[in-house]
Amino acid sequence: MRGLTRKSGYRAMLFKQEKIKNLAIAIAEQDVKGRSLWADARKRFFQNKAAVAGLVILILVALFAFVGAQISQFSNDEIDFMVIGQVAELGGPSFSSGHYFGTDDLGRDLFARVVQGTQISLMVGVVGAAIAVIAGTLYGATAGYIGGRVDNFMMRIVDILMAVPYMFVIILLLVIFGRSISMLFVGIGLLSWLEMSRIVRGQTLSIKNKEYIEAAQATGVPSFRIILQHIVPNLTGIVAVYATLLVPLMILTESFISFLGLGVQEPDTSWGALIFEGAGTMQYGTLWQLAFPLFFFVITLFAFFFVGDGLRDALDPKDR
Amino acid sequence: MRTKLLLSAAIGAMLVFPTFSNAEVINGEQLAADQVFTYRLLDDIKSFDPQINTDIEGSGVIRDIFEGLMNEDQKGGLIPGAASGYTVSEDKLTYTFNLRDAKWSNGDPVTAHDFAYSWKRLVDPKTASEYAWYMELMGVKNASQVVKGEVTPDELGVRAVDDNTFEVTLEKAIPYFASMTVHGSTFPVLQSVVEKHGTDWTKPGNIVGNGAYVLSEYRSGEKVVRERNPMYWDNENTIIDKTVALVINDENQALTRYLAGEIDKTNIPSGQYPRLSKEYPKQAISNPYSCSYIYWFNMGEKGPESLKDVRVRKALSYAINREVVTDRILQGGQYQSYNFAHQKTAGFDLPEIDYAGWTQKERDAKAVALLAEAGYGADNPLELTLNYNTSETHKKVAIGVSQFWKQTLGVKLTLANNEWKIHTTKQQAGDFEVSRYAWCGDYNEASTYLDLLTSYSGHNVSGYSNADYDALMVESKTMANPNANYAKAEALLAADMPFAPIYQYTGNIMLQPTLRGWPVDNLMQTFYSRDLYIVEK
Amino acid sequence: MLNLILKRLAMAVPTILVLIVFSFLLMHSAPGGPFTAERALSPEILANLEAKYGLDQPLYKQILIYINNVVFHFDFGPSFIYKDRSVNEIIAQGFPITLTYGSIAFVLAVITGVSLGVMAAIYHNSWLDYLAVGISIGAQVLPNFVMAPILVLVFTLMLGWLPGGGWEYGDPKYIIMPVLALSTSFMASIARITRSSMLEVMNANHIRTARSKGLPVRHIILRHALKPAMLPVISYLGPTFVTMVTGSVVVDLFFSTGGMGLFFVNAALNRDYSVMMGITILVGVLTIFFNLVVDILYAWIDPKIRL
Repeated sequence: MRGLTRKSGYRAMLFKQEKIKNLAIAIAEQDVKGRSLWADARKRFFQNKAAVAGLVILILVALFAFVGAQISQFSNDEIDFMVIGQVAELGGPSFSSGHYFGTDDLGRDLFARVVQGTQISLMVGVVGAAIAVIAGTLYGATAGYIGGRVDNFMMRIVDILMAVPYMFVIILLLVIFGRSISMLFVGIGLLSWLEMSRIVRGQTLSIKNKEYIEAAQATGVPSFRIILQHIVPNLTGIVAVYATLLVPLMILTESFISFLGLGVQEPDTSWGALIFEGAGTMQYGTLWQLAFPLFFFVITLFAFFFVGDGLRDALDPKDR
Repeated sequence: MRTKLLLSAAIGAMLVFPTFSNAEVINGEQLAADQVFTYRLLDDIKSFDPQINTDIEGSGVIRDIFEGLMNEDQKGGLIPGAASGYTVSEDKLTYTFNLRDAKWSNGDPVTAHDFAYSWKRLVDPKTASEYAWYMELMGVKNASQVVKGEVTPDELGVRAVDDNTFEVTLEKAIPYFASMTVHGSTFPVLQSVVEKHGTDWTKPGNIVGNGAYVLSEYRSGEKVVRERNPMYWDNENTIIDKTVALVINDENQALTRYLAGEIDKTNIPSGQYPRLSKEYPKQAISNPYSCSYIYWFNMGEKGPESLKDVRVRKALSYAINREVVTDRILQGGQYQSYNFAHQKTAGFDLPEIDYAGWTQKERDAKAVALLAEAGYGADNPLELTLNYNTSETHKKVAIGVSQFWKQTLGVKLTLANNEWKIHTTKQQAGDFEVSRYAWCGDYNEASTYLDLLTSYSGHNVSGYSNADYDALMVESKTMANPNANYAKAEALLAADMPFAPIYQYTGNIMLQPTLRGWPVDNLMQTFYSRDLYIVEK
Repeated sequence: MLNLILKRLAMAVPTILVLIVFSFLLMHSAPGGPFTAERALSPEILANLEAKYGLDQPLYKQILIYINNVVFHFDFGPSFIYKDRSVNEIIAQGFPITLTYGSIAFVLAVITGVSLGVMAAIYHNSWLDYLAVGISIGAQVLPNFVMAPILVLVFTLMLGWLPGGGWEYGDPKYIIMPVLALSTSFMASIARITRSSMLEVMNANHIRTARSKGLPVRHIILRHALKPAMLPVISYLGPTFVTMVTGSVVVDLFFSTGGMGLFFVNAALNRDYSVMMGITILVGVLTIFFNLVVDILYAWIDPKIRL
C-alpha cells in the first residue's frame, strides 16, 4: 500500500512537472503573442472608422480647450456692460461683436466660458473614468477572484459606500480640506468606482472558472499575476464600454458637486454648469446659451462612445 | 384708559371689500362660476402648526386656516380680525382685545382662553418653537423668562379676563405692538384638539381652525388644498371656495405651467420681468417687498485687517454700481439701496444719505481715493473672499460686484459659493470676510431692520458696535415719531459702513388676468385667500 | 443556495449597523444643524429644541437610542424640519411614488435597452447596429434636467396633452413624463452594455461552433448567447434598480411628484438628520437585497460560479 501510494504519488509528480513545462511554454508563447496582440489591436482600432473619427473629435475638442483662449476676444469673467440686461436682444452669437458663441445671462463671453469649461469637464470626465477603471477594476477583480469571505467583505463595503449619503461626503471634504480642483477629483473618484467594481467582480466570478485560469492556478502562478495577466485583459471590453458611460455621468456630477460648493467656483465654469444655466433660460430667447455647451458635451459623448466601442472591438481577445 | 377704535381702518376695509352677499357681479364684473385659486409654492410646507411654522409660505397657508387678533388690509394697514378692536392703557403697557363672536371649524366658540393657551404655547420650552423669540420681540411680560425655563408658561403676561376679553401685559411700551399680532406665531389653536391628537393634530381631518378655510388635503411635495370653512364668521363675504397650492421648485417650470394655465399666480424668474411685462403687461407685476439685500463686512475679531479700516469698507460700498445690479442684472424694478430699511416701510421717510446723491463716477472716484489712502493699490492689491449661498440670483450679483471691484479698485475677489447651511453657519460664527445677507421685515416698521445693527442684537454678525447707534434705537422705542432717530441711525450706518447695502426687494409675480383682489400694495406680501375672487374671462 | 441566502441575510445586519454608525457620524460632523436658520436662535431656544429632539445627548448615546428605536420599535423618529410628521410617514408617503415611476421606468429601460443592444450586436456593423447605437446615444444626449423642462414645454404648454406636474395618486397622465425623463439615459446605458457583452459572447467558441453548424441565428441567440451575455447587464441593473426606485431628484423637482428623491436631497441640505438616516437605511437595505438577487442570478446564468 505504502509503495503503491508513493509510486502513484511519484507518477503524479512527474505528470505535474511535465504539465508545468508544457504550460510554461504555452504561457511564454502567449506572452509573445500578447505583444503582437497589442499591435493587432492597434491595427484593428485604426481600421474602425467610427473609432478613428471619435478619436479625431476628442483631439479637436482638446485642442479647442487649450488653444481656444487665444482666439477668444474676451476673458471668461469680463462682463460686457453693453450687453448685460439685454442679452436676448444683443447677446446672440455674432462675429462682429466678437462674441462668437454669444454671451451668457450676465453678458460674459460664452466662447471664452465654453473654452474654459471644456478644460474642466474633459479633465473631470477623463480623470473620473480613469479612477473608476483603475480602482474599480482592481478592486472588483480581486474580490471576484479571491471569492468567499474576502469577496463578501469587500462587496459589503461597496454596498455601504453605495448607500452612504454622498452629499455629506462632499460637504465634509469641503469642510476639512477646503475648496480646490484636486478635491473635486477626489469627490468624483470616491463615487465613480463603486458600480464599476460590482460589474468587474461579476465578470471575474465567471472568468475565473475558465480552463486557462485553472491551468495558471495549477502551475502556481501567484494570484495577483493571474488577476493582472489573465483576468483583467478579459475584462477590457466591458470596462471600456462602462468607462465611456461614466464620462458623461461624471461631467454632470461635477456640476452637482460644485453646487454644494466643493468644485469649480465662479467665475470659472464647466459644461455641467453651462448646460444647467442654459436649460433654465431656454424658453426666454437665449437658446444659444444651451446650444453651444450642449453641442460640445454631445460630440464629446459620441466621440468617447465610439472610441470605447472601438477599443472594445479591438481588444476582444476572441474577436479575430 | 383711552379707547382706540379702529373705525377708520374698518371703513377702509369696507371700501376695498365689495359689500355683497352672494352677488354674481362685483364692480361691474361677472364672477366666474368656478372660484378656485391655484398658486405656486416654492417648497413644501414644513408645518401647519402656527406656533411651529417658521417660513413665509407656511404663514400664507396658516393665515387662511387660522385667524389672529388683527389682520392686514390690502395696503398692509391694520384691520380687526378675531378681535373686533382693542384698548390701550395710559402707560401703554396693557392691551385689551375684545374678541368677536366666532366659531372654530368644529363649532366650538373662539374664546380668549384659546389665545392665552396659544401664546403660552409659543414660549413653552416643551413646545420648543423656533419662533419663541417673536413673543420676546413683542415685549410680552415674562416671555424671555418662560423661554429660559425660569418661570412657568402660566407666568406669561397674558390673561383671559372673560371669554371675550384677552389682556396682554407688556414689559416695555412697543408702539407697533398691535401690528405684530398679524403674525402667524400669535394665532390661536384649540387646546382640546392639540391635546387629543398630539403632533398629528395638523393632519387634514384632525385640524381645527378659526380661519376662513380648512385644510382639506395635503400631499407633501405635491400640493396643499384648503376649502371654505362654513363656520367662519365672515363666510358670507368670502368668495373663493378653494385654494390650491402646488409645490413647484423650479421657477422656470412654474412659469411654463402658469403659461399653460395650470396656476393663477407664480413668481417671475430673475431677469425675466422686462420681457414678460412687455408680453403680458396686465399679468406681470412688480411691487415693493420688505426685504433688504446687503453684503456684510466682517469688522470683528475674526475678520481681515483690511476691513477694520472704515475707508476700505466705504470704498468697497461706493464702488458697487447699484444701477447695474437693479436695472441690468435683476431687472425686476428693485430699488438701488444706500440705506438698510426698505424705503417703502410704513411711516418711514427715506433719509438723505450722502453717497446716494452722487453719480457713480463720483462714487468710483471717491472709492479709488479712499482705498489708496488706506494703502491699497496696484502693488498691494486688496484680496478678499465673498461668501454667497447657492442661487442663481446671488451668483449673478456676486459676479457683478466682483467685476466692479476688480475694474474700479483692482480688488482680487474670490467667490465662494456654499450650500445654505454652511454659508449660514460660517456667517453666524463670524467666519467670513464679505458675506451675502438679506433681511426681511418681521413687521411693517423700520425698527425691524434697524434694531439688527445694535450691539445687543443677536443677528449682528459684522461685529459692528456703536454706542451712539444703540442709544438712538433705545430712545426710538418711546418716541411718538421715531423717524428722526431712524434717519440719524441710517446716517451712522453710512458713515461706519458695517455692510454694503445693495438693493431692496420687489415682488415680481405673474397673476392671471381673471384674478382680482391681490394685495399688490402690501409691502409684506401678506395675502388672504378670502380677499380674492375670480371673474369671467 | 439557501445557505448563501441565509449567510448573506445574517451578514446584512452588521452591514446595516456599520452603515448607520458611519452615516450618523458623517452627518453630525457636517457644519450646521437642523435648526441653523437665517436668524441665529438664542442659546435658550436652541437648548429647548435640542432637548426636545434629543440632540443634547452625547453622540454615542444618540446613536444607541436611535438604533434601539429603529430595531425594536421600527420608529425612525420625528422629522426635524417637517415637524408635524415622522420619518415613517414621510417614507410611507414618498417611497410608493418613487417605487411606482421608478419600476415602470426600469422595466421600460430594460426592455428597450436590451432589445436595442441585442439588435445592434446581431447586426454588428450594419445599418441596424448604427441605428440602435444612434438611438441609445441620442437618448443620452439630453441630460434629464434639460429633458424634463423640454417635455413640459412640448406636452403641456404647446400640445396641452399632459399636466405639467403632480402625482394625483398615480394617475397615468401624471406618470408618463417622469417615466420618460428617468428611463432614457438608463435605457441607453443598458443598450450599450448589452451590445458589448453580446458581441463578446457571440465570438466565444461555443457560439461560433453553433453558428458553423448552421443553427438558426434566433435559436442561437435565445438559447445560447443571451443568457451569458446578461451577466454584466445584471451587475449593472442591481444598483441601478435601487437608484431608480428610490427616486430621482430631477424628476421629483421638475414634476412635483412628491417622491422620495427630492426629500433625500432636501433632508441633506436641511440637515434633517432623522429623514436622512431613514432614507439611507432604506437605500442600504435595498442595495444589499438587490445585490444578493444579482448574485443569485449569476449562479443561474453560470452554474459554475461559486459564491
